[in-house]
Amino acid sequence: MENALKITGLFKSFKSEFLRKNIEILKGISLSVKEGEIFGYLGPNGAGKTTTLKCILGLIFPDKGKIEILRLPYLSLKAKARIGFLPENPYFYDYLTASEFLRFYCQLHQIKKADIEEKTSTLLSLVGLEKSSSLQLRKFSKGMLQRIGLAQALLNEPELVLLDEPLGGLDPLGRKEIRDIIVRLKDEGKTVFLSSHILQDIEMVCDRVAIIVSGQIINQGRLYDLISQKILFTETTISGIKEEELKRYGECVSSYGGRTLVKITDEKKVEKILELAHRKKAEIHSLVPRTESLEDLFVGTVKQE
Amino acid sequence: MKITAIALNTFKEAIRDRILYLLLFFAVVSLIFSRLLAILAVGDRVKIIMDVGLASLSLFGALMAILMGTSLVFKEIDKKTIYTLLSKPIHRYQFLLGKFFGLILTLLVMLFLLSLIFIVIVLLHSGRIEWGMFAALAFIFLELCLITAVAMFFSCISSPILSSVFSLSFYLIGHLSWGLETLLNKIKPGFGKTIAQVFYTLIPDLENFNFKTEIVHHLSVPPQVFLYSTIYGIMYTLFVLTAAMLVFRKRDFA
Repeated sequence: MENALKITGLFKSFKSEFLRKNIEILKGISLSVKEGEIFGYLGPNGAGKTTTLKCILGLIFPDKGKIEILRLPYLSLKAKARIGFLPENPYFYDYLTASEFLRFYCQLHQIKKADIEEKTSTLLSLVGLEKSSSLQLRKFSKGMLQRIGLAQALLNEPELVLLDEPLGGLDPLGRKEIRDIIVRLKDEGKTVFLSSHILQDIEMVCDRVAIIVSGQIINQGRLYDLISQKILFTETTISGIKEEELKRYGECVSSYGGRTLVKITDEKKVEKILELAHRKKAEIHSLVPRTESLEDLFVGTVKQE
Repeated sequence: MKITAIALNTFKEAIRDRILYLLLFFAVVSLIFSRLLAILAVGDRVKIIMDVGLASLSLFGALMAILMGTSLVFKEIDKKTIYTLLSKPIHRYQFLLGKFFGLILTLLVMLFLLSLIFIVIVLLHSGRIEWGMFAALAFIFLELCLITAVAMFFSCISSPILSSVFSLSFYLIGHLSWGLETLLNKIKPGFGKTIAQVFYTLIPDLENFNFKTEIVHHLSVPPQVFLYSTIYGIMYTLFVLTAAMLVFRKRDFA
């Protein structure tokens, strides 16, 4: 499969305000995003995620390195015509209404006048803002701004969509809706580059991830190659057996309303606790084996660094 | 189409700016004041109305161009609206030209409104239209185009406050540079004259756009002077705009 985005040896530094000291933000970033995948770009705050995105978009110029978008030089208008971008905490012209705003960006994409109205209304309904089309953006909530931001990123039916923290500031319902749109984009054959520090969302939708810490990529690959599938421990909730007796099998984490949550690290003891429950006619409410999560991997990697 | 879209959006943004209306208000007050001044003055009252009126239009137009020209690009960077805009398939020079033409359109509308009031005041007082006024107004507009370009150039390299100070200095120096011309005529040839000549070439001469005295006093102006001033204005504006585009081309928006 061809690369939708390829970054090789990207370096970027800034001069500090007063002492003009050189601060290195990106220290040789290399990554490739395959066509049709959702790529998660993970990192703690200040790691260099947004700086990488700004380099890709030509908002800042790298000191060294090469960037290719859809096999085209990244600064070419042809490449820019085929991408969509949603910035973190999007700021837009707040005096425009939602449809005026989309119409303005349609003109920048040189979309035909006859198609602009249809495109605007389709996108507004895709992001659930059809009822707010004549509302000025200054009256929009943070979640609504995120949605209109996503709409402008999709105006030109981009092949590569770059999203910087698209789920930040959204309520659970809003996050689910945006997640669904991202998955839909993948189903339509588009490539999504998703920069975020909300691990659960990345874990749910991304095919591959790269973890950036202090301007360097320290881990990248398929999500399930990076995360160990080995069971770390099993959690079970039991009622009808005394806590003292359960302590022999594992750690009693909490006890409430006659139910005890037990964390069992030895796999053999899981079977034994099940036998005990059967013998004592106790009730098992849940039994969950826990494998390594993206969060474990992320926290482990960041701590190591 | 892209430049037009940015220009129209800039126009929409500019006409919402409160500073514009504050300056418009003072300009109107100043025009009305010229009428009152004429009542108090001895001599040709129409000349006083025209002189004070045209000077007001030039000054308040320049203040509008400076205050708005220095803030428009900065606002885009400060409010981060430039992030999504430059991620679209547009060149940076198209963005800057769009901003420039948007502001020029705003100034044209403002100058039109003020000129209308000015012409009505003159018409009410003299009972006839002074056709020469239109030439004076056209050159005021040309001067505003140049000042807008200068204000935008400074806003590409510094903060709005500094840009305003620099642009205002440009305006003042530009209107006082005739003093250097007088000095050049009086100084003896040599090193001093060469230095003065270099300075005079470098600094702008905004008096090239000032035809107030000639128009008010019905003095004849050779057509080649109008032509020279027009070419001077256009070339200077293009030069400053090109410099702004070169600076803007390599700027990081961190």
